[in-house]
Amino acid sequence: MTARTSCFNPYWLLVAPAVLLVLALYIAPIVNVLLLSVTDPKPGFGNYARIFESDTVANLIWRTVRLCLITTVAAVTLGYIVSYAMLHALSGVRRRMMAILLISFWISVLVRSFAWLMLLGHNGLVNDALLGIGLISDPLPLMRNELGVLIGMTEYMLPYAILPLLANMQGIDPRVSSASRSLGASNVQTFFRVFLPLTKPGIIAASLLVFISSLGFYVTPAILGGGKVQMIAEYISVQLLVTVRWGVAAMLATLMIASVLALMYVLNRFMKLSVVFGGAAR
Amino acid sequence: MKPSLASRITQIAAWAILSVLIIPSLVAFPVSVTGKTYLSFPWEGASLQHFRNLLTSPEWISSFGQSLLIAVASSALATLLGTLAAIGLWRVSGRFIEAIRAFLLLPLMVPPIISAMAFYRWWVPLGLIDSYLGIILAHAILAIPMVVITVSAALANFDLKLEQASRSLGASLPTTVRRVILPVIRPGILAGAVFAFILSWDEIVVTLFISKFDVFTLPRRLWNGMRENTDPTVAAAAVVLICTTLVFLAGFAILSRKRGDKTA
Repeated sequence: MTARTSCFNPYWLLVAPAVLLVLALYIAPIVNVLLLSVTDPKPGFGNYARIFESDTVANLIWRTVRLCLITTVAAVTLGYIVSYAMLHALSGVRRRMMAILLISFWISVLVRSFAWLMLLGHNGLVNDALLGIGLISDPLPLMRNELGVLIGMTEYMLPYAILPLLANMQGIDPRVSSASRSLGASNVQTFFRVFLPLTKPGIIAASLLVFISSLGFYVTPAILGGGKVQMIAEYISVQLLVTVRWGVAAMLATLMIASVLALMYVLNRFMKLSVVFGGAAR
Repeated sequence: MKPSLASRITQIAAWAILSVLIIPSLVAFPVSVTGKTYLSFPWEGASLQHFRNLLTSPEWISSFGQSLLIAVASSALATLLGTLAAIGLWRVSGRFIEAIRAFLLLPLMVPPIISAMAFYRWWVPLGLIDSYLGIILAHAILAIPMVVITVSAALANFDLKLEQASRSLGASLPTTVRRVILPVIRPGILAGAVFAFILSWDEIVVTLFISKFDVFTLPRRLWNGMRENTDPTVAAAAVVLICTTLVFLAGFAILSRKRGDKTA
C-alpha cells in the first residue's frame, strides 16, 4: 500500500454523493429556516418574544406539549401490555402479532386518519353501534375535539412504543424472573420488583421516541381535530400558506428541532438509535 | 409453565389493542363498496361504482401514475446513494463518522412539517417547486436514512475478512463492492428499497408544500378529497393505497423468507 492510500480512504468516495446531496438540499435549507427565525421580518429575537407576549403562541405550545404527553403515556402503557404479551407468546403467535404491528406501521397516516373519521364521526360506526344497543341516546362527540386527535395519535404511535419496548424486553434474561419465583416471590411481586425495573430503559426509550415523533403531528390533528385542535405543525402550515409569516413559523420550527435533537441525544444514551430504528425496519 | 390467569388476561388485552391497531387499516374496504353516493358503510347494498369512478377518472388515473413514477424514481435514487453511503461509512474511520451518520439520519428525525418548510423555501429559487424533479429529490432525501439503516444493519453481520481478502488479492474498490459486498448485503438493500418506495408512495406533508398544480400525487388527491367532499371515491383510492403497500410488504416478506434471510 502506498502512503497516499493510507491517508485517503477510497471509501469516502462512496459516502460523498449522499452527504453532498443531503448537505446542499437538506441541511442548508434547514439552517436557512433556523436563520429565518431571527431575521424575518426584522433581525432580532422578536419572534421568540412572542412566546411570552402572545397568548395564541403560548397556548399553542402548551396544547401541543400536553397532547403529546397524553399520547406518550397512553401509547407506552398500551404498548407495554402488547410487548409483554408478545414476549411470552408462542413464536407462531408472536410472528402473527408482529405482522399486524408492521402492517399498521406501514399503512399511510392518511388512510388511518380517514378510517378514524368513518369510525368516530357523528354518524360513525362507534356511535351507530352504541346507539343501536341503546347504551347512549345521543351521539358522543368523539371527533373534532381533543379526544379524536388523541385516539388517532395514540393508535398511530403504538408501534413506535412497542418496538423499542420489545427490543428491551427480549434482552432481559428470562432466568432472572424464574429465579425470583423459585425464591418464593409471587408472580405479582416478580413483575413489579424484578421485571418492571429491568424494563425501565425500554420504557424511557419508548416514551422519548413517541413524544419526539408526536411533536410534529400534522395530518392526524388536521383531519380528526377538524380545525379546532391546532397543534404546532398545523399552525406552521397556516403561517406559511395563509398569513405568510415565515418568522413565527421558523421560530416554532427552531424550537421543535431543538427539542427533538435534545431528546434524541438523551434517547441515544438509553438505547442505541440503530436498535430503535432498526427494530422498526425489521 | 401453565398459563396463569394474569398472563391470559394480558394476552386478551394485547389482542384487543392489536385489533384496534389493524381495524383502521380495514375500514376503507367496506366504505369503498357502499351503494350510496356519500361516505357510508354498505349496510343497504354494495356496489363497485366508486371503483369504476376511480378507474375512469382522468384525475385519479393521472395521480396514480404520478405517484408510481415518483416513488420508483425516488426510491431508486435513495437506494443507490444510501447503499453507497452505508458501505462507505462502514469502512471509513475518523472523528467525524458519528456526526456524518447523524447528518444522514437527520431527515428521519426532523418533523416532516419542518422538512416541508425547508424544501418549500429552498425549492422556490431553484425552480423545483411543482416539478417532478423537486418531489423526487425531496422524497429521496427523506428516504436515504431508511436505506442507510437497513444496509448498515446488513453490513453489521458481514465478515470484514472477505472484504480484506478481496482487496489484498488485487480487486479494485468497484469490483470489491460489486462482486463481494453487494451480494451479501442484498437483503438489506432490498429492505431499504421497499421502505423507500412506501415512504414516497404515502408521503403527504412535504408533497403538500412543494407541489401545486402540475404534480398531484395520490395522497394529495386523497387529502383534498377527505377535506373537501364526501365522495366515496376517496375510500376506493385509500383501498388502492393500502393494497399497494401490502403488496410491497408481502413481496418483501416472501423474498426474504426464500433467501432464509435473518434480518427480515
